[in-house]
Amino acid sequence: MSGKKRFLEYGAVQAILAAVLCIIAGLFIGFIVLLLINPAGAWNGIVTIVKNFLNYPSKPAALKYLGNTLVKTAPLLMCALSINFCYKTGLFNIGAAGQYVVGAGACLYAALGLKMPWYVCILFAMVAGALWGCLVGLLKAYANVNEVIAGIMLNWIGLYLVNMLLSRVKEQASPYTEQISAVNSAALLPTMGLDTLFTKNKYVTLAVPLAILIAIVIWVVLNKTLFGYEVRATGFNKEAARYAGMNEKRNVVLTLVIGGMLAALGAAFLYLSGYEQWSCTQSSVPAMGFNGIAATFLGGLNPIGTIFSSYFIQHITSGGSYLDKSIYPSQISDLITAIIIYLCGFVLFFKLSLNKYLAAKKESASGRNREEGGKAS
Amino acid sequence: MILLIQYTLIFASVLTLVALGGCFSEHSGVINLGLEGVMVMGALGGALMLKNMAGKPFVLIVLSVLAASALAGLLYTILLAVACINFKADQTLVGTALNILSTAAATVAVKALNMAENPDNVSSTIAYGPAKKAFIVKIGRFQFNWCMAVAITALIIAFVVLYKTKFGLRLQACGENPQAADSVGINVYKMRWAGVLISGALGGLGGIVYITAGVSEWKFETGVAGFGFLALAVMIFGQWKPINIGLAALLFGFFRALSNVYSGFDFLARLKLPGSIYNMMPYIISLIVLAFTSRNSRAPKAEGIPYDKGSR
Repeated sequence: MSGKKRFLEYGAVQAILAAVLCIIAGLFIGFIVLLLINPAGAWNGIVTIVKNFLNYPSKPAALKYLGNTLVKTAPLLMCALSINFCYKTGLFNIGAAGQYVVGAGACLYAALGLKMPWYVCILFAMVAGALWGCLVGLLKAYANVNEVIAGIMLNWIGLYLVNMLLSRVKEQASPYTEQISAVNSAALLPTMGLDTLFTKNKYVTLAVPLAILIAIVIWVVLNKTLFGYEVRATGFNKEAARYAGMNEKRNVVLTLVIGGMLAALGAAFLYLSGYEQWSCTQSSVPAMGFNGIAATFLGGLNPIGTIFSSYFIQHITSGGSYLDKSIYPSQISDLITAIIIYLCGFVLFFKLSLNKYLAAKKESASGRNREEGGKAS
Repeated sequence: MILLIQYTLIFASVLTLVALGGCFSEHSGVINLGLEGVMVMGALGGALMLKNMAGKPFVLIVLSVLAASALAGLLYTILLAVACINFKADQTLVGTALNILSTAAATVAVKALNMAENPDNVSSTIAYGPAKKAFIVKIGRFQFNWCMAVAITALIIAFVVLYKTKFGLRLQACGENPQAADSVGINVYKMRWAGVLISGALGGLGGIVYITAGVSEWKFETGVAGFGFLALAVMIFGQWKPINIGLAALLFGFFRALSNVYSGFDFLARLKLPGSIYNMMPYIISLIVLAFTSRNSRAPKAEGIPYDKGSR
């Protein structure tokens, strides 16, 4: 019975299979929506979304816009890691969006208002994010407040606070914050020569490799350290973890502090690259934190898988902006992302059914001849 | 002052409707974190109806708009019910997905409709303008809104249904101890479907009331600004009981109303606080309230746990 595992029985294979199915279903529904709006351009539309930077025929231009997608993948990956890490403790950190917001506020104010160099700005962001995460953690651990509701409330509080704070460093004539390159270029993240790889795209910075490195570190922490073990044990069974002598309240707070830091770091990665300016009049929480949820679950709740899923989510989000805006709204990409998140809800059921099916097949096969049962379906 | 009372009542109506929705869903054992999204969908259905009904007699407008938004909300929660009841999906994940999906879907739908009408109009705004006057009856300087009556009626009906009918008691049994309910012949899956669908209809109603409360057009890209979650906070503060929910809604409605009308009060205007402070107020209050009331919460015991006939 024990023997070699069949291909489909590996967890990683199942996770990838589930993710691919979710993506295909999501794109298919997106295609149907395009058909409903305007049948003539629908196929071109969905191809445009999937092609993203490949819509540029020249190689240097395509490379440059690949760089832009990567610039926005880094913060998305950080938000996804934040949610991923917290989910291992059984916490749904929807507050990542707010931690991202306060991170953006802190690093931009440090850069524009206090004229700090980039590494201090990053530190500011991390402290702010940690504080925001800590609030959720304390409320959860000591007052039994549902972390989703607390997270959402703090998202909005954070947004209004940051809008107020950054209004002090905004441009005179626009609602946007001042450009870092004009005011304090020492706050820009170093490119370390990466810009030359992407046709002089100056927004590709240290942030991209650093985000991937952090993903690997998170994987190691979760799977190879005592703290990671405690985190996962708390997520599996809180009571059992407490019984085994783990301080589950401390772990809840600590996980959210780390989660907050990660999300805020993501904001620093984006805003300190100078790619975007904060709009002080924005009335909704940036989507980055919510897209992080999609990336986390699409990545099979694995930090390494999340690297690829984050890229994919950002890829189609960027791709959406190339749609012909006189026919289709660019939010089609958001719609596809949202559908993918919804479908991820079915993944657990899918895995259960698949395993049940495989087990049943194995059982009936072991009754029969060996060589017959060995064939994969 | 009258304006403050008026806004308090209208926002309290929204919160009451949506919180009652959450109440029905949670008593059946399903956490509906997607209420925010349900509100957006209800708002979309109602706003489209309102736009098309302009100029019709007011009774017709009121009834059709309410029906459209309740139906839109109800249809949308089918997504939650299928995933969470039949496929045992993570209720937090699916609820969140519904919230994100609703804003994206509503934006795409409204933009597509606007563009079909006028190729140059790529906004995600529906203007329903004068048609919304159908909801308002002027009593002196106070504008009575029919939605307030709807909220109070819903409150009374919810109380009667939950505590005085066989259906309500069975519904609550499914949220407290579904195995026991099943053992006496109650179909848990059916009851949970009922609970979730009722929450959808109420959430949808709340959505249309919210967007017609203060303004005469709505930009669907902004969603409903966390109001669905405020309603959940109201529900927790109200300890899952309809009457308490009504009172909690008044408190939260008051703070939300302040952000609309604070400039009309001399002593508040003199403080010269930035408007953002007032915008933050309902969220801060709800955090504080939750911090003090969640510890001894009387949440239905089996909420959030998918029911599996085979396990006990």
